[in-house]
Amino acid sequence: MQQIDDISERVIAIIAEQAMLPVEEVTPDLQLSDLGIDSLGIVECIFGIEENFGITVPFNANTPDQPGFDISSVGAIIAEVEKLVARKAA
Amino acid sequence: MRRVAITGAGTINPLGHDVVQTYAAMQAGDCAIGPLTCRDLDRLSVQIGAEVRGFDPDAHFSRSARTLLDRFSQFALVAGREAMVQSGLSAPGLALSGDMACRAGVVLGTAGGGNTTVDENYRTVYEAGKNRVHPFVVPRLMHNAATAQLAMEFGLKGPSYTVSTACASANHAMGQAFHLIRGGAADVMMTGGSEAMLCFGGIKAWEGLRVMAQDTCRPFSRDRSGMVQGEGSAVFVFEDMDHALARGADILAEVAGFGMSSDASDIVMPDIDGPSRAMRAALQDAGLPPDAVDYVNAHGTGTAANDRVEAQALRRVLGDHLDRIPVSSTKSMHGHLIGATSAVELLAGLMALREGVIAPTINFSEADPEIALDVVPNQARRGQVDVVMSNAFAFGGLNAVLILKRWSGL
Repeated sequence: MQQIDDISERVIAIIAEQAMLPVEEVTPDLQLSDLGIDSLGIVECIFGIEENFGITVPFNANTPDQPGFDISSVGAIIAEVEKLVARKAA
Repeated sequence: MRRVAITGAGTINPLGHDVVQTYAAMQAGDCAIGPLTCRDLDRLSVQIGAEVRGFDPDAHFSRSARTLLDRFSQFALVAGREAMVQSGLSAPGLALSGDMACRAGVVLGTAGGGNTTVDENYRTVYEAGKNRVHPFVVPRLMHNAATAQLAMEFGLKGPSYTVSTACASANHAMGQAFHLIRGGAADVMMTGGSEAMLCFGGIKAWEGLRVMAQDTCRPFSRDRSGMVQGEGSAVFVFEDMDHALARGADILAEVAGFGMSSDASDIVMPDIDGPSRAMRAALQDAGLPPDAVDYVNAHGTGTAANDRVEAQALRRVLGDHLDRIPVSSTKSMHGHLIGATSAVELLAGLMALREGVIAPTINFSEADPEIALDVVPNQARRGQVDVVMSNAFAFGGLNAVLILKRWSGL
């Protein structure tokens, strides 16, 4: 459980930095667009996540709605990162 | 006002090593996109590209010449030689003489310049840890190398420079060449673009942006998933119309108009307003109404954003006339040659004017409800074309549109 919380905090910190907001304002129910993050900002967030966790995120800016990596909300991104981290550990 | 003719065309690109092969491939709807063969491919997430295959530099250049030529300059010279021979003005290695030499120049477009040379030499100093690089690294890598090599090859002593506006470089270059002749600063200009960025570093940089397709390039198709990089060159001879007529040259087409604009909005996201203004400016420059356009060679990169926005911009400029004309993206066949792409795409325009064949948009599987265009899906089509519009819209929001007219005599 500790590790899961850690992932969540780290992802929120990355997104908050991109949004230039305090981490308290980045909650799982929000969409990236609610936080003022545009398409370039999304690509930077993904890059930040990959560097931070040492994972490769399957994300193509042309097909954001397609399965592979759900970016529909902060919570969805956290869940996806948890899956990728677990897969990396396995 | 002086008019401008195209009297020569040459190319080496993923579809062919000359214009005849390229036309044949475009008419057959060939796809030159395939597995990449560059070094350290296992470290790339992008595994496909449109490479120029079967190119043997030794067949074109002596060993001493080659030490000064990055791949992008080699491509430009191969394309330029074909164009110059066709124009009848000179032959490979033969300099123009006297006054004509000083009234002739080169304007080429490139985005990456000697990117392969940069890549190789960064490896040498950073990866291999060597403290010495080849003495000719700078003359090989500089963006104006291909321009200078063409000027030296044919003794062109007039206005010459390189234009770099990312994916619109070649259209900007050709527009500049057009202006130089029309304005009286030159009588003959070699112009077009060259690019060779399919090296590890060149691909890796594009990969970072997350806009590259994994399967293939599907412009305007609902299931499009991004762009695919290509490489190569196309070079043309532009010439003052009276000069060309006086020497009885075969006139391939007339360059009728050129329009430019800047979005001034976003460094990568396209905009409807900027491209619309460039297309309108080109039509106005050509003195043509929107309904004179018979075929549009689209920028059509295959990214979600470009294709949707380009369709909207076309609608804004051409209105209902858009429903009556074909709009195709040949990037589906030869990939995105970045700074050279609009030069290779101008060949599709010439082919339409000269041979009455409209190049298809291949890999098209499904219409996008947001894109109401006749994209000439998957198969080339016959049609009478008198006026072609050729679009190029670059990152940075820098747009350049050329208009060609069929030449049927004065």
